[in-house]
Amino acid sequence: MARIQIDGQFYSVPEGNNVLSTCLSLGLDLPYFCWHPAMGSAGACRQCAIIQYKDEEDTRGRLVMACMTPVTDNLRISLNAEQARQFRRDNIELLMTNHPHDCPVCEEGGECHLQDMTHMTGHNLRRYRGRKRTHNNQNLGPFINHEMNRCIACYRCTRFYNEYAGCDDLQVFGIHNNVYFGRFEDGALESEFSGNLVEVCPTGVFTDKTFSAHFTRKWDLQTAPSICVHCSLGCNISPGERYGELRRIVNRYNGDVNGYFLCDRGRFGYDFVNSSKRIQHPRIKQRNACIQTAKEHFHQLLTRAKRTIGIGSPRATLEANFALRSLVGETNFFSGIEDTEYQLLQTVSQIIRDGGIHSPSMREVEQADALLILGEDVTHSAPRLALSLRQAARNVSIELAASALHVPSWQNAAVREIEKQALTPVFIASIGRTRLDDIALDTYHGSPDYLANFGFAIAHYLDSSAPEANALDADENKLAHTIAAALKQAKRPLIVSGTSCSSLAVIQAAYNIAKALPSPNRQLTFSLPECNSLGLALMAGNDLQQAFTAIEQGQADTVVILENDLYRRAEKQKVDAFLETAEQLVVIDSLKNPTTEKADLLLPAASFAESEGTLVNNEGRAQRYFPVYPAPDSICASWQWLLGTMENSSWQHHDDLTTACAQAFPDLTAITQVAPGADYRVKGSKIPRQPHRYSGRTALHANIDVSEPGQPTDSETPFAYSMEGNMAQVPPALLPVVWSPGWDSNQAINKFQEETGGHLREGDAGIRLFEVSGTLAWFNGIPKPYISEPGVWEVMALPHIFGSEELSLQSPAIAQRLATVCALMNPLDAEQAGIDNGDCVIISDLSGASLLTTVIQIDTNLSSAGLLCITAGHPKFQALKMGMQVTLRKFNSDSEVGS
Amino acid sequence: MNSTLGSPANIIGILFSVILVSALLIWVERRLLAVWQDRLGPNRVGPFGLMQVMADMIKMFFKEDWIPSFTDRWVFVLAPTIVFITMLTGFAVIPFAPGVGIIDFNFGLLYFLALTSLSVYSIVLAGYASNNKYALLGGLRAAAQTVSYEVFMGISIMGVVMLAGTFNLREIVEAQRDGWFIGPQFLGFLIFLIAAIAESRRAPLDLPEAEQELVAGFHLEYSGMKFGMFFVGEYLGITLSSAVIVTLFFGGWLGPGLPPLVWFCLKTSIGIMFFILLRGALPRPRYDQLMRFGWKVLLPAGLLNLLLTGAIVLSLHG
Amino acid sequence: MLSQIRSLWEVLKHTFVKADTVEYPEQRRELYPRYRGRIILTRDPDGEERCVACNLCAVVCPPDCIALQKAEDEDGRWYPEFFRINFSRCIMCGFCEEACPTHAIQLTPDFEMGEYDRQNMVYEKQNLLIDGTGKYHDYNFYRVAGMTINGKNKGQAENEKPPVDVKTLLP
Repeated sequence: MARIQIDGQFYSVPEGNNVLSTCLSLGLDLPYFCWHPAMGSAGACRQCAIIQYKDEEDTRGRLVMACMTPVTDNLRISLNAEQARQFRRDNIELLMTNHPHDCPVCEEGGECHLQDMTHMTGHNLRRYRGRKRTHNNQNLGPFINHEMNRCIACYRCTRFYNEYAGCDDLQVFGIHNNVYFGRFEDGALESEFSGNLVEVCPTGVFTDKTFSAHFTRKWDLQTAPSICVHCSLGCNISPGERYGELRRIVNRYNGDVNGYFLCDRGRFGYDFVNSSKRIQHPRIKQRNACIQTAKEHFHQLLTRAKRTIGIGSPRATLEANFALRSLVGETNFFSGIEDTEYQLLQTVSQIIRDGGIHSPSMREVEQADALLILGEDVTHSAPRLALSLRQAARNVSIELAASALHVPSWQNAAVREIEKQALTPVFIASIGRTRLDDIALDTYHGSPDYLANFGFAIAHYLDSSAPEANALDADENKLAHTIAAALKQAKRPLIVSGTSCSSLAVIQAAYNIAKALPSPNRQLTFSLPECNSLGLALMAGNDLQQAFTAIEQGQADTVVILENDLYRRAEKQKVDAFLETAEQLVVIDSLKNPTTEKADLLLPAASFAESEGTLVNNEGRAQRYFPVYPAPDSICASWQWLLGTMENSSWQHHDDLTTACAQAFPDLTAITQVAPGADYRVKGSKIPRQPHRYSGRTALHANIDVSEPGQPTDSETPFAYSMEGNMAQVPPALLPVVWSPGWDSNQAINKFQEETGGHLREGDAGIRLFEVSGTLAWFNGIPKPYISEPGVWEVMALPHIFGSEELSLQSPAIAQRLATVCALMNPLDAEQAGIDNGDCVIISDLSGASLLTTVIQIDTNLSSAGLLCITAGHPKFQALKMGMQVTLRKFNSDSEVGS
Repeated sequence: MNSTLGSPANIIGILFSVILVSALLIWVERRLLAVWQDRLGPNRVGPFGLMQVMADMIKMFFKEDWIPSFTDRWVFVLAPTIVFITMLTGFAVIPFAPGVGIIDFNFGLLYFLALTSLSVYSIVLAGYASNNKYALLGGLRAAAQTVSYEVFMGISIMGVVMLAGTFNLREIVEAQRDGWFIGPQFLGFLIFLIAAIAESRRAPLDLPEAEQELVAGFHLEYSGMKFGMFFVGEYLGITLSSAVIVTLFFGGWLGPGLPPLVWFCLKTSIGIMFFILLRGALPRPRYDQLMRFGWKVLLPAGLLNLLLTGAIVLSLHG
Repeated sequence: MLSQIRSLWEVLKHTFVKADTVEYPEQRRELYPRYRGRIILTRDPDGEERCVACNLCAVVCPPDCIALQKAEDEDGRWYPEFFRINFSRCIMCGFCEEACPTHAIQLTPDFEMGEYDRQNMVYEKQNLLIDGTGKYHDYNFYRVAGMTINGKNKGQAENEKPPVDVKTLLP
């Protein structure tokens, strides 16, 4: 700890950090632009000038940049010295000379860091009368708007985009006062994290295009803490609503999970909530019905049924799944996951629970100093995790800089320079090329069986008691040894694997490697398919095949399907047979899909933005999301539909359901503490969802009726649909809106953190359900290498950030960025089959029935023979399922016209 | 006891004209305040807005006569009638003119003092029965204020009694044939005036209903005709106070040329207008200032007045 | 005490002062252009809507009686998709006019807005938008702003240099 003096006040602060970050941690206001807690200091904007004094006697001092000055013991500085204030005022006046008169028509206005800082420095009169420099804008794709005139050249965008997110298509061009931040030519930004530019940019150069299409100022958005439902990571988000429509998603800081950043799927995938595919009314036999009739009908169906089975869903909450399980009974509850995936999830949950290996949060992932990614393209299966892994790749150089050169980690440019000399050992073993290959020391490509075998080999080299794998060839063997050696030396090695390969052996191999690691700080994390996959796995239930059997054999006649499109889970014929055999089919879902079309009774479910619930992410962290706005009258949350039909239930509220769920499953005991219940009050009132500047209260509904309706009440959560309440006393993890006086932008978060970039005061959101305990025996299911038959291909459905996830697909912006429709093929295979790059082929199953026609792309990174890689979950590839065996036939345009 | 009761025609005539005047005061006060505030005031209903009184009364009668559930019901109903009745019966001893008056008896002045004191019950009971903190505070203030200012009122008119040598109001008027008592009893007049304002709880000494602090004070929970009775009671109080001031200090009906009754009415209406002017011009003192002024200024001044008058009367007649 | 008597006298003198008020509606006062009455939305000198739906009027409104939604037309201009003022709540404070960065929203010398049905006090954009410039004749926001709209490219607004050629290395 260092004792420092700021403007005559003494503080005790940690040594080694920079002064700017320290001042902000202390709650002092100091303007800045280029510094970012996650990206360190650049010293580019000259805005955080302060006076540093030599010693007690020094009266003149010298002007330094706070972000470039380390905290040392006995440091004496002044933020309020007139010279420093004058410098900051002059500096911002210069930055503002070219800034256009755009605030009224700028999407950033009202949450603009530049506005905040201009205000803070007291620059309120423009003296510059010269002409302003202008720039032409670029079209940067469906996500991001570009308005270069507003740029103040802080370099945050390129530092984030190139250095933090590792993508190089956004660059800085030009010289001196003309610098231009953009692409070489118009076109969509390639990075999967481009959306963060909106929050990283301190002004309105990069703004959210989807938000602009239905723009609302920050102060008019009704917000509640929420959790992203588009992958298994459970990033914290702040969705904003106005006029009953979900308007945008911004990052909600969670020091353990997503920190400052989100992926583009999470940020721009929200529009499905407003989609025309939403089910608006209950439908009985395809006819609209009112909510009461639907409830009664549902009840009648259940009482008349011989036996009802319930099919849960990995994208529904714990509470909804539990309500269904309670409604139909434990033996009649099926998890709604296809068999292989079910088995994978059970194994993963077993490993997390009893494996004795730490399952890291993303903050911990960023601390890893050796990485092995086994069988995952993390950028596509768990995007935000890839960003963390990219930061982990810097750790060795950061440590080198600190130990050998005494350069602190926040000295960004200097540390990046050292990166060229020392790299964190990152190894990627995957089916094909991945988006993280650029940080990898070495990569290995193969089919899942090969990957698993390779993993088992590494485990054996790390610990000879681990089962021995099948023999590798010389190069592979050498690589396996290298990896084993690197992992062995590491202090915090991390193994990343997941379910993308649909291979149990890959997961088992990953566990064996982790178990074989000598370090006590070894970590193992899995990417899972959906937002509540782990939660559902913890609830067990039976797999989908058993549900099919039950109906097929006539043991049951009524089916209740909860938020699950079975056509995405199993082959069409099977699902068709299942749905048609069932006498009564009740489906609860929010969006129309093939399953809902078959429903005898269709109940519209509230989306994540209109309901509440608890999700368990891939780490084993339970987190709760809350409704942002009340669902329309004809729509209920899934759990409400289910609870409404239960006879004599003592459960009235969501909290009752959570408590009952916690009691029913020992693993889930802690979920009641994830967030406070509906009776929680701050200074006697609920937490307001609306900012204190929320406007238009008396005019919002005046077109319908001039007598204002009362505010909707929320009896299920600690939040109120209102602006009344004491926001200042709310624990930061429950804050719907991040705002602090003088800090309108999201950067106000530094007022709510223990230290900048650290945890939130009073703790981050969510509760980890599992800590390290127990151990499992070595897995020894070493697979025999898959030998492809000539002419037969195995379908590998690989995840893609845009296209694989069911809900985000329905968002127009995401739909514009869908993965290209093509199947990837190994060059050798292609040559044998006589297929060229770009050829059109017809894919048929083994019986010869043609399934679909697609374009083939030859991928040199696919080394294993006999694999045909497609985008998982893509609507065009619905007919193909993971692991299917298919044959190919070249599409002959002459002979098959019209087919 | 030497008393004579007036004829029934006399009684009924006085009763009606007094009530009529009080009701009319609603309009007079609003018009006068408007004039002094450079406004027009109510001028739409009837000629010069005279029918405003009718309009107000119709409104008052048709308002819901609501008794809040938390009140002490009977006391709540009784309270407004007390002020109305005491003020009205106070007029019994006023000598309007020779031959015009309800009763003429020797202790008329004491009777007047007794009735004004009684009227405070109305306020205190209203404040108590309303079961409301503001009303209760208003009631308390009224009690303390009335009890205090009664003392100075009584003392201040003893000078007049000494000069006239009687408590009979008619005889007091007769005693002013040679000169109104306003001259020799100027100090007594000032004290009586201030005490009269305080007793009738008029602005600027309307602390029991001080709007800014107590919302409406003792009559906060009252509505409809019960509120109306407080309202009319207040105007009756003004009229009564003016009539007594005229009787004691301005020679009652005495005056040249015009008939005595006209003189009396003229003087009384000037008194009433003065009350309204006070309301229009002066701000309300703080409660502690009111009490301090009463006990530390008015009481010694009253006693001094008593002493001097006594000494002079003794030296002249002794 | 003397001051009390003096104020009595001062007030009494007003008996002979002419009333300041007039007998509306038979007599009417002259209302000046900056009187704060009925609110209107104006157009810029080119005849286009001035309102850019920035929401500043709505946020500054004390009774929160303004609601609007931003939209963008094919020229790239922002405009309110709907603009609603609930005059049954409006207190005619004029903050909206002060906050308006484009001189779009203005208060006029008209206060006679009584209605028998309260619902008629809700004014939509078609009730608010006039064809003129109101009190401020020459101001055109888009001539000053840096945003491109159809007919005004980068560098063509007031006090703007032509767009930078980023590919040149000349100083």
